[in-house]
Amino acid sequence: MIGIVYYGAGNIFSLTAALDRLGLSYGMIKTAEDFEKYDRYIIPGVGHAGSAMQKLEDTGLVPSIIALRKPVLGICVGMQLLTTHSEEGDSELTGIIPLQTRLFSDKLNVKVPHTGWNKVFQSSKNPLFSDIRPGTHFYFVHSYFIEFNPIFTIALAEYGIKFSAVIQKDNFYGVQFHPEKSGIAGEQLLKNFAHLA
Amino acid sequence: MESSSLQTEVIKAGNDLAKRIIPCLDVKDGRTVKGVNFVALRDAGDPVELAYQYSRQGADELVFLDITATHERRKTIVELVKAVARQVNIPFTIGGGINEISDADILLNSGADKISVNSAVVRNPAFIDELALAFGKQFVVVAIDTKHINGKNYVHLNGGRIATEIETEDWIREAESRGAGEILLTSMDHDGTKAGFDNGLLKKINNTLSIPLIASGGAGNIQDFVDVFKISNADAALAASVFHYGEILIPDLKKVLQQNNIEVRI
Repeated sequence: MIGIVYYGAGNIFSLTAALDRLGLSYGMIKTAEDFEKYDRYIIPGVGHAGSAMQKLEDTGLVPSIIALRKPVLGICVGMQLLTTHSEEGDSELTGIIPLQTRLFSDKLNVKVPHTGWNKVFQSSKNPLFSDIRPGTHFYFVHSYFIEFNPIFTIALAEYGIKFSAVIQKDNFYGVQFHPEKSGIAGEQLLKNFAHLA
Repeated sequence: MESSSLQTEVIKAGNDLAKRIIPCLDVKDGRTVKGVNFVALRDAGDPVELAYQYSRQGADELVFLDITATHERRKTIVELVKAVARQVNIPFTIGGGINEISDADILLNSGADKISVNSAVVRNPAFIDELALAFGKQFVVVAIDTKHINGKNYVHLNGGRIATEIETEDWIREAESRGAGEILLTSMDHDGTKAGFDNGLLKKINNTLSIPLIASGGAGNIQDFVDVFKISNADAALAASVFHYGEILIPDLKKVLQQNNIEVRI
């Protein structure tokens, strides 16, 4: 069963709706004791990374999250929270994965926010991508991105610059796109996450 | 080997972001207004079922414009948004009657990905700033109805019925600087004509814009979509009747776009 870290950053209606459609059971994590009830976790998030981090800090759940050894999936800003720092509000984040979250700069000559369905290429074989072809489109909406890194980037996307579409370090995964809004491919990714060993 | 060389080629091309195809549904009292002609539909007036069918056909996104005018409007629209979010696995925007932060807040929490604001922000431009601050600019689509008069383009309100003296280009610049995340531009001159999108205007606007542009008004056939993307390079194209009456099927449309080297999600 999936535990959703409940810290008030954005709407989780679409996420729970997707899990309902897939028949995946879930519950909400509001206290440190709740983590024991689940075998994997999702950290959702939309909006400002700095204010999302502040909200997460306010829950007191950060030390428990850092200590998790079961699969964790951060979505969008929830993924960015796994990194060390964001240029958005010059914010210190959890630092679980030693990467930087950066702004799509004017110099890249791309429209911001990056909005729509972008191709994603997995750079290594990973059970998170079971039955998902390289080059599949996923739905993105974001102005900040996580830098490409040869170790932690397990799927990349290109939008003026190569960036991390999916990152992983040990049991921690993050996806920049919204699997709950990415059609059948997104649903497959959520199913894959639910079945990660 | 073959797939890895293809991968390199695609990445070099730098156009991995697909052009979006967006059916637009007009909704009143929780029911679709314009007639629809889908064989597969059990209930052509049910926006949720229609939305589901479009998502299955390969629509990239949906826009619902609510024109309900009764006291029950907020309740019916929230129920609609929740029902769509439960059933549909693609993003959707909801517009119509959003005048306060609380209107937007309840829609976000019911599963809407974006809201579309039109006349309300022309009357009160600071509302764009408030929405962007509260929810992030990616949540805020500014819809604009424009009409060409004596060599200039003017913003029109209330579904195009009321003219203003605001020039469209000026308003787009202001909306962008205030925090719009996307512009949905409908050409009143082309809307309903089925003679093609207003490619000249869209190209001119798109060249100066640093946020995504959704083209609307005038779609009559598949070639019109090829043209709008090739000429204006808009990020998305929106249409209603050609999709609702089954005159254009989205899989056919996307196939032709792909044959014309336009990046689409298939």
